[in-house]
Amino acid sequence: MKELRKLRTGDVEDASRRAAELVGVRAARAGLVDVAYATVDTPVGALILATTRTGLVRLAFPEEGLDHVLEDLAASLSPRVLENPRMTDPVRRELDAYFEGRRRTFRAAIDWSLASGRFSRRVLEETARIPFGSVSTYGDVAGRAGSPRAARAAGNALHDNPVPIVVPCHRVVPSSGGIGKYGGNEWRKAYLLRLEGALAG
Amino acid sequence: MGLPPFSRFMEEHRVPVYRFLLAAVGPSAADDCFQDTFISALRAYPKLRDERNLRGWVITIATRKALDHWRAERRRPIPVERLPEQPVLEHLDGDPELWRAVGALPPMQRAAVIHRYVLDLPYADVASALDCTEEAARANAYEGRRKLRALTSLEER
Repeated sequence: MKELRKLRTGDVEDASRRAAELVGVRAARAGLVDVAYATVDTPVGALILATTRTGLVRLAFPEEGLDHVLEDLAASLSPRVLENPRMTDPVRRELDAYFEGRRRTFRAAIDWSLASGRFSRRVLEETARIPFGSVSTYGDVAGRAGSPRAARAAGNALHDNPVPIVVPCHRVVPSSGGIGKYGGNEWRKAYLLRLEGALAG
Repeated sequence: MGLPPFSRFMEEHRVPVYRFLLAAVGPSAADDCFQDTFISALRAYPKLRDERNLRGWVITIATRKALDHWRAERRRPIPVERLPEQPVLEHLDGDPELWRAVGALPPMQRAAVIHRYVLDLPYADVASALDCTEEAARANAYEGRRKLRALTSLEER
């Protein structure tokens, strides 16, 4: 039946890609997207953004790998994960403005689902209050979160920050001096602090 | 192992689904059936229990959409002069006469012939796509092929 096999149509790569994009649009309109993601080019790399109906749930640096980040989101939130620039656009616009020096605070709502544990969540919420251009120490943040002696635990919570930059864990530094560690590589922490004028040079 | 993110599921299966639908309903309806297929899949996705055969699962949904499409077309009153237009034939490879003959088969035979002879699926997969037994899948493919041979000058090769 070779003749029948010839009925198999040739290249459907482009047509199926376009159709898949339209599925994303329709899915969003029907409220079927639980986690929308997009990648955004910034001076610190192509960031991966993920939002839920509640707000920004994840911001990841490119080293984490898109596949890995999406798998995590599917396992911990919902497998209805789809690319949708429209749903992530409000956060993307704020990030663009931030990196261009036109914005000092983020207004986008945050979905804290991935902040594990009550202390971590309090540490992140306190960190979100540190103003643009200033820094705090791990001990200070731990104290404001209710446990002044838990500087190390605060450091761990900040290292696991699901939404870096927007929750500015880069503004937390060691009391002993220096800029300290950063989950997204130290060069990014230095870049962000310099952008905000909190670090000379 | 849980379900993959839906975006990856769609990326992995969009080409075979599209290929099937293009053969089954033609270029003018393939896009709509494709979207309907993946929207249905997305609705059911979080409740899916068995993630081992996602390809089979989505091909089954696509087959159901193609059958629905054929049934709707049959019910729709079509002006007589448009009757020969089975699947729209432009952009498709292969002999137009054969396409018309495939388009004239009863739905289950048509789906079985496309899965088995156009897309080369094994009978186990044809059966799962048609939601029937393997014997029924064989019978439908066989009967479809017999009719095609009668309708066209198609030779056994």
